[in-house]
Amino acid sequence: MKPLRVSWTHIRRSPYQALAAVLTMFLTFLVSGAFGLTVMTSLLVLKYFESKPQATVFFKDTAEKIQADGLKTTLEATGKTASIKYVSKEDALTIYKEQNKNDPLLLEMVNADILPASLEVSATDPRFLKELESIMKEAAGVEEVIYQKDVVDTLVAWTNAVRLVGGILVVLLSLDSILIVMTIIGMKVALKKDEVEILKLIGASKWYIQLPFLLEGGLYGVLGGFMAWTVMLVLILWFRMSILSFLGIIPIIQAVLGNLLSSAFIGCTFGFLFILSALGFLLGGIGSLIALKKYIAF
Amino acid sequence: MITDTAMIQFDHVSKEFGLSSKALSDITVEIKDGEFVFLIGKSGAGKSTLLRLILRDILPTTGTVIVDDWDVTKLPQSKIHLLRRKVGMVFQDFKLLIDRTIYENIALGLEILGKSKEETEKGVSEVLELVGLSHKKNSFPLQLSAGETQRVGIARAIVGGPKILLADEPTGNLDPDTSLDIMQILEEINALGTTIIVATHNESFVNNMKKRTITIKDGEMATDEEKGRYHQSERAKQHHHHQHSSGHKEK
Repeated sequence: MKPLRVSWTHIRRSPYQALAAVLTMFLTFLVSGAFGLTVMTSLLVLKYFESKPQATVFFKDTAEKIQADGLKTTLEATGKTASIKYVSKEDALTIYKEQNKNDPLLLEMVNADILPASLEVSATDPRFLKELESIMKEAAGVEEVIYQKDVVDTLVAWTNAVRLVGGILVVLLSLDSILIVMTIIGMKVALKKDEVEILKLIGASKWYIQLPFLLEGGLYGVLGGFMAWTVMLVLILWFRMSILSFLGIIPIIQAVLGNLLSSAFIGCTFGFLFILSALGFLLGGIGSLIALKKYIAF
Repeated sequence: MITDTAMIQFDHVSKEFGLSSKALSDITVEIKDGEFVFLIGKSGAGKSTLLRLILRDILPTTGTVIVDDWDVTKLPQSKIHLLRRKVGMVFQDFKLLIDRTIYENIALGLEILGKSKEETEKGVSEVLELVGLSHKKNSFPLQLSAGETQRVGIARAIVGGPKILLADEPTGNLDPDTSLDIMQILEEINALGTTIIVATHNESFVNNMKKRTITIKDGEMATDEEKGRYHQSERAKQHHHHQHSSGHKEK
């Protein structure tokens, strides 16, 4: 009998044990997948903000372009700026329109007048920002100076928290999965003690005897991973528009979720399935291997 | 056909289980390629221990056991299965998988060798014919008589073409007619070139078949005769042993 067929027979003959193992794996991968996706998204958001100018100087509605030009000249004169870009009220409106093109209601309510003009400033070294801050804040017509650093710091703090909580949960659930698979495979091996003994006596190799058990554990993991993938895919599709309205500003997220028929979406979806299945097989396989080591002496 | 090549060699082999229990003591014997050997002696004399040493199910306490040029005492764990492919074993309690058909049980002997489906089908059909069970290939072990079940055990043991066939009390659970069948099959297999060692209590076969007979007594080799037979003294001890055991049971 082929090893995979033997594994399948084992699973069919004890459906409740199999269900327990698959459900544990499912829970592990659902939580791991959810946290994994959250952390990945946070990192994308972080990267996006890090690629943005380090500080943005917003001008009052009454401020003239000449005041912005004056500040730009003063800042450039310090020799500590890498780039300075003036964004007029009209430019701001264009950017706003691009960012909210999927939401006509938001577009109707806004015109160029209510958006401030701004200077996007990047220093040659982030440490110079402190020095430039006083110049920017004290310049005429300046309403507010926003540092990306603050946003980035907050995001880093959130990402780290998610990573820590998620990491602990994933480790605990993975351990739980391994223990469950180990117990179930251990029971199966104990039930098939005579068969294993006979196989050993007639000259079956170690792997001929162990492979069906190993594959069985792996199959539990793959099935659990597949179920978790299905649930996550449904949830992502369900909330796709909400995700896009929050995070569509980030090019990768827009590229992946913007078009469900795009190669980016299909690639990411099936890539994720492959990763979950591979991890499932690994986790189930580890559980089986420990049980085999414990219950079959060679 | 017996050749001059040694197939199995025991060189001063002793086996102790624990400190006080000596199962075999200083056994030195050589069995040639193609020989048919009876191993006799009362229960607990050490016959099964000797067979288990050949199969490398256990290791000797001292001495060396060489099977087809392999020193089994030095054989690494990873190669034990290769030794067992050279040595088929027939058990008194058959050791068949009851949830698999006769065909599947015998096919195991070829599947473990990685044979293809076609090769397996061909091999199983051949041995089923040899043991006269072609018509029962889809039955399950529990649907067969004891004699038929033992024939399946033999078929499984020889399907992979081992050089040696060990049979531990193969007729122990069978009536005289069925036992005769089994012995005839073993002789046929021996005629095809397989070295055979049969551990048995069956006096009539030992006396009638006139094969080499090794007698084990209290773990020691008592006699080794070319055309051996059950000696009167051995029979008396067996008889006494049986009476003693049944006496215990009646109590």
